[in-house]
Amino acid sequence: MMTTSRSQQRLFNLAIFIVLCLGIMIAAGPLLYMLTTAFKGASYVQEYPPRFIPDTITLDNFIQAFTSRNFGRALLNSALVAVSTTMIVTTLSALTAYSFARFDFVGKRVMYGGLIIMLMIPGTVLLIPQFILASNLGLLNSLQGLTLVYSAGPLAFNTFLLRGFFENLPRELEESAVIDGASPFTVFWRVMLPLAAPALSTVAVFSFLGAWDEYILALNFLTDESLRTLPIAIANFRGQHSTNWGLVFAGSLTAVIPTVLLFVFFQRYFIQGVTSGAVRG
Amino acid sequence: MTLTRLRVTTPRKRDRTKPYYAWYVPYLFLLPGVLLYLLWTIYPLVYQLYISFFDWKIMPGQTSTYIGLGNYEKALADRTFWLAMQHTFAYAIITVIGQMLIGLVLAFMVHRVILGKRFFRTIYYLPVVTSWIVVSFLFLYLFSPGNSGLINYIMTQLHVIDKPISWMANGDSAWIAIYSLGIWKGMGWAMVIFLAALQGIPPDLYEAAAIDGANEWDRLRYMTLPLIQRTLFFVFVALMIGGFQVFLSVLILTNGGPLHRTEVSLTYMFNEAFGKLNFGYGAALSYILAAVIVGVSGVQTILFGRQNRDVEY
Repeated sequence: MMTTSRSQQRLFNLAIFIVLCLGIMIAAGPLLYMLTTAFKGASYVQEYPPRFIPDTITLDNFIQAFTSRNFGRALLNSALVAVSTTMIVTTLSALTAYSFARFDFVGKRVMYGGLIIMLMIPGTVLLIPQFILASNLGLLNSLQGLTLVYSAGPLAFNTFLLRGFFENLPRELEESAVIDGASPFTVFWRVMLPLAAPALSTVAVFSFLGAWDEYILALNFLTDESLRTLPIAIANFRGQHSTNWGLVFAGSLTAVIPTVLLFVFFQRYFIQGVTSGAVRG
Repeated sequence: MTLTRLRVTTPRKRDRTKPYYAWYVPYLFLLPGVLLYLLWTIYPLVYQLYISFFDWKIMPGQTSTYIGLGNYEKALADRTFWLAMQHTFAYAIITVIGQMLIGLVLAFMVHRVILGKRFFRTIYYLPVVTSWIVVSFLFLYLFSPGNSGLINYIMTQLHVIDKPISWMANGDSAWIAIYSLGIWKGMGWAMVIFLAALQGIPPDLYEAAAIDGANEWDRLRYMTLPLIQRTLFFVFVALMIGGFQVFLSVLILTNGGPLHRTEVSLTYMFNEAFGKLNFGYGAALSYILAAVIVGVSGVQTILFGRQNRDVEY
């Protein structure tokens, strides 16, 4: 006793398809506009009527961006900080999570409870003490200092994420490795980590993005122009009175393209991370 | 069914009389992570409380004076701070509703569509992976004043407005830009979570309902929505927490202006601390905001626990 006929169903599905196609204009339209603006000549960026597809395409903005002082350097700095952060976060949260997942020790419940409570504290409210601490430790104006702060932030969440994953893995492989005389660290490194590759990829992808996109800590931590990261360099393209938006978006695209590629190729891990907790991209 | 959580306790393996590892091994595994975490998260949290009791001087050579609860008293009487708080609440509520409604509709559609499911999911998620700083600049450009701004152009062409608006020059219109950015950036996130929840509902439930003569609307109202109730609540709380942390978009689009009309708590805190160098006051404001956010997430923890994996049924 179907209430809707087959052809009605088909019409309904077609309607959904069309609405979704139209919706793309809202979801991706602004990003597409950014893309085309980056390829517009300076005189066309504020033209009337505004044009989505420029008549002439130019690489001027990219050339100007990359020949401007320290932009290439900023790209390198960002890559360095993001890759180091990713390695530190992935390694340390895996170690911590493994300890919580597989070992019994005094103080385990208290420590894990403390970790979970800290999940609620948003990172932004720690801006002031982190800044003062970095200043006291002489870590302001250093990429190493920035990397350390970036690495500490996501530890709690990733430990929580990985612990859940580790606990769901079968113990048999580890147990047989132990019988063969492997040390706890060998078991972790040679047996557990390869099994945890999908979860580790999720952690890696999100910690990379977190460090790559971060703006406000970098803005306050780094004063040396040669140390600045990509988001700061992009913000600096914004003029005091008038802004060359083509230049801003050429810089922005340079920052966005790696993240979009990362997303398209590792989409599985994004979705995994998002649906297994409150990771916000 | 959704409120009472069944706690299935798995018996721990305690058959090993002696663990194969020395007692200190677990602590060795914890050590690097915990050290880093203590230094950059726990210590700053405690340190911030300490700072908030001082008229803190950041410049070398100056001495900070202890003023007890002075900064907190100042905050309670600070009308701009309360205005910023109100703005933050309004932002959270409006953008959360917007993101959830659009996210839900998108999830239903992507779930139903036969052709290009993965493609649509990817495209609608793109704003989520684009960094806040970039999309904030992008929206500043889209909402440019004068007739060359894209939004002004489209809206005058559609006769929604008769002349171009200087969006950021006025509180109300600036909020429209800020709200749209918040909703646009987050709707894909909500969609992906809702989609996962929808895909977790066994299709035979729908078939049974269809045999019972339930129409599309009945199924949505009496089956789907109740089944994903916990996901709805989880997304609501997660987005609210995110909403309270609105910062970068406002900083870039208006920096709280004009005349604090778009001030939110974090921009206010930031400008007090790093603009006026009132670090003690900024620390107190941070603590108040953290307390509000913890209060909101506390509600979630009490009601549902931290793990909300109702994707499986």
